[in-house]
Amino acid sequence: MNKILVGLLFGLIFGALDGATAWFYPEVRSMIGGIMVGSSIKGMVVGLLSGWFARKVQSTKWGVVVGGALGLLFAFLVAATDTVNGRHPYLEIMMPGFVVGAIIGFLTQRMGAPSSAKRAAE
Amino acid sequence: MAALPDLTGTRYELESEIGRGGLGVVYRARDRQLDRQVALKVLESALAGEAQLIARLEHPGIVPIYEAGTLPDGRIFYAMKLVAGARLDGYLGGGPSLAERLRVIRRVGEVLAFAHARGAIHRDLKPQNVMVGAFGEVYVMDWGVDAVAGTAAFRAPEAVLDRRSDIYALGGMLAFVLPASAAPALRAIAAKAMSTDPAARYTDAPAMLADIERFQDGLAVEAWPEPLWHRWRRFGSRNAVLLWLLAAYVSVKLLLFLLRNL
Repeated sequence: MNKILVGLLFGLIFGALDGATAWFYPEVRSMIGGIMVGSSIKGMVVGLLSGWFARKVQSTKWGVVVGGALGLLFAFLVAATDTVNGRHPYLEIMMPGFVVGAIIGFLTQRMGAPSSAKRAAE
Repeated sequence: MAALPDLTGTRYELESEIGRGGLGVVYRARDRQLDRQVALKVLESALAGEAQLIARLEHPGIVPIYEAGTLPDGRIFYAMKLVAGARLDGYLGGGPSLAERLRVIRRVGEVLAFAHARGAIHRDLKPQNVMVGAFGEVYVMDWGVDAVAGTAAFRAPEAVLDRRSDIYALGGMLAFVLPASAAPALRAIAAKAMSTDPAARYTDAPAMLADIERFQDGLAVEAWPEPLWHRWRRFGSRNAVLLWLLAAYVSVKLLLFLLRNL
């Protein structure tokens, strides 16, 4: 499995799980389906970009940093377009989004085959 | 003590004695023709098998033979590359890291695998027969012939030596290079290679090297049925970053949940 597919897969899984934690918040529990779908898509986009980065740069440290930064960026975009009780939930979305991005970044570095060009060069 | 060899009629000039082995004496000599130093081995018996054996084995881990010939007194000699470095037993005195010790054993194993694939057996593998060069290169020396019976601590117990006997010696070498604090998995690899029953040893050198590599990759080794707690500990150290990140995620979620309910 290549690194982009690894990123998409884990982005989907961790995005869905992160979205599912909305169940603990009664004020948004009724929208949990939409939240999970949105969170999964966000996770997959982060996974896609992290997987692409992992194909270019093989470094666990930078994978975690870039994954975390991507998670933070996309979580910010989601939080900026969302309002709960009249305010943007930056903290509630960005903090977990950052860590989920870092996890995805880590996994794309550790798993999946490098690009065919790199394999040929080895 | 054997008389100093008379090199009359050869292109070599004797400089000093380097060491003695079961088959003969090794001298440092100068090749007048090419103006370079060589190691000159003079055999005490008429056996020339070692030179022929090594000449067949062209490998970066086997010291190349430049020339073989006969001295005026009838003894056979051969000139080979003079390796600058330390014997493995001396090299360990410098306190190399575990990774470095294992690298040397793996290089020796690779040389054995190469030789075995060509039908050659060392028969006398021991730390004194492994040289580590100044740049970390590893050479396996003193390839045996039938007359050599091996060295007690590294010699397999069976009467007739074969490839598995070299595996036994390689296990002995692994045990020799391991520091006192070495992991039980590594000791188990050495013990498996040194099984009294040849059939219980690794089938070949690559199988043993693969087990060492598994250890270095943080995986379970074939030679050691590890206890459950050890398996968990190995999993933890192998996946420490991931476990920390997952713990961070759970902590963030708990923190947010607590802040919300304040």
